[in-house]
Amino acid sequence: MSNISTNGYKAGSNLERVLTKGYFAVTGELGPPKSQDAEVIRKKAALLKGAVDAVNLTDNQTAIVRMSSIAAGVLLVREGLEPIIQMTCRDRNRLAMQADLLGACALGIKNVLCLTGDHQSFGNHPFAKNVHDVDSLQLIQIVKGLRDEGKFQCGEEIKGGGPRFFIGAAANPFGDPFEFRPYRLAKKATAGADFIQTQLIYDIPRFREFMKRVVDLGLHEKVKILAGVGPLKSSGAAKYMRDQVPGMIVADEYVNRMEGAVAGIPKEDKKGRAAAWRDAGIKLCIEQIQQVREIEGVAGIHIMAIEWEEAVRPLVEGAGLLPRPVVD
Amino acid sequence: MIVAEQKPLAEIKEMLEDYRKVLVVGCGTCVTVCLAGGEKEVGILASALRMATRLDGHGVAMDEVTVQRQCEWEYIDPLRERLTDYDAILSLGCGVGVQTLAERFPGKRVLPGLNTKFMGLPTEQGVWEERCQACGDCILDLTGGICPIARCSKQLLNGPCGGSQNGKCEVSKETSCAWQLIWERMTALGMLDRLMQIQPPKDWRTSRDGGPRRIVRDDLRLPEE
Repeated sequence: MSNISTNGYKAGSNLERVLTKGYFAVTGELGPPKSQDAEVIRKKAALLKGAVDAVNLTDNQTAIVRMSSIAAGVLLVREGLEPIIQMTCRDRNRLAMQADLLGACALGIKNVLCLTGDHQSFGNHPFAKNVHDVDSLQLIQIVKGLRDEGKFQCGEEIKGGGPRFFIGAAANPFGDPFEFRPYRLAKKATAGADFIQTQLIYDIPRFREFMKRVVDLGLHEKVKILAGVGPLKSSGAAKYMRDQVPGMIVADEYVNRMEGAVAGIPKEDKKGRAAAWRDAGIKLCIEQIQQVREIEGVAGIHIMAIEWEEAVRPLVEGAGLLPRPVVD
Repeated sequence: MIVAEQKPLAEIKEMLEDYRKVLVVGCGTCVTVCLAGGEKEVGILASALRMATRLDGHGVAMDEVTVQRQCEWEYIDPLRERLTDYDAILSLGCGVGVQTLAERFPGKRVLPGLNTKFMGLPTEQGVWEERCQACGDCILDLTGGICPIARCSKQLLNGPCGGSQNGKCEVSKETSCAWQLIWERMTALGMLDRLMQIQPPKDWRTSRDGGPRRIVRDDLRLPEE
């Protein structure tokens, strides 16, 4: 693929261009279906088109078998959107991952997000064997090696140069040990990450403290950091994330405000409550976006509205981030 | 030590269905220490099986013996003479013990009475935890003596995943996050700079991935005759 000109860009993806030009980037997320139904992808793509700069395709999210992120990504390319394919270390070894990266590049995909992957015990095949041949950091190194050195992980040269990806990684400011988190981000930047997407932020003070440490280490100048946000669907969803999801912190304020949104609406009025939650969730999320925008070192947002893709455009619009920039 | 656990009685009974005279063989090493397959457990299991099979109507005769170490031929060879009397051997050794018996006595049916779980240690009375996966290329010098290959659910070599919270692993609240422990130990040792170094992809050839492993020590081998 070395014959493709990238005009000085590492991969030349839209996301890379937007971030390089200094625009505040917006990425979205699309969960592929638990079936081979391409129509699901097309419908969700239509909701996201023009509202975001690129779209994450989850890779067997929460260890549940779904259409592959690469296949879904190709469907997205056909719809005129830019995919960021997620790739976890749980399901594939370094042979399979490199093979898939070659294929993804050949099919027009330019962004990859390197992840460890949720443990399979959370998913629908808890009896499966996991792989973890490499960890997410080593995967970043591998993708960078393919791109910058034109070499496979084994050191063998790729004839004609390697596949070019804009390399993403995740950061969880809410995981423990907290003190390690900025350094883990530093390791990912050193390994070759070009951009970072964070875990959903429902604890702004902790995220602010995390970013302060990141900025003190100068990491925001090495890697573009996209803050993870998402609209809450209900007070129950907020409580579930607060109490049940490992590695997440949800401040009580969010639960209280979602509870407050349906105060006075009788439980039997399900439609009324859902509408009130929808409005409150979107309003809260717009506030979150405005709050994280003001934090030094934040280069964009990553909106996770899985199974609620309709919310993305109102969020981006409400935050004053439309229209999305067009960068040549 | 190798830590094992006895199989459910019903499963053992089913394995023994076709046999009438069984020798239950315990092992005096690891499985004695972890209270799964020593002399005492052999005695208890043999009587439980005698009773259970009698109640079922056919009754299996059980004799008991515990050898000092089931994983070395010289300790199991003295059993050879006795074996002609039995239809089957029920081993309460670890997987190595079972295979040592099967390999040495190829004409005999050898059955496993234990599930071999891991290499580990007792952390409190009645609790054992895994510590080593025998990857064949020890990195404990890099991680403060805490192994992320055996103790991190995802075998991460460069720090904790996003699921570590309050010192626990995302897989189970009963499991400590190995990277939390490593972080604390390296902090206490004043060696955090070591954790900032990127560990490259591991060479798994020394592990099970390289195929069954074998060690040859020429300095110890006997000269060929």
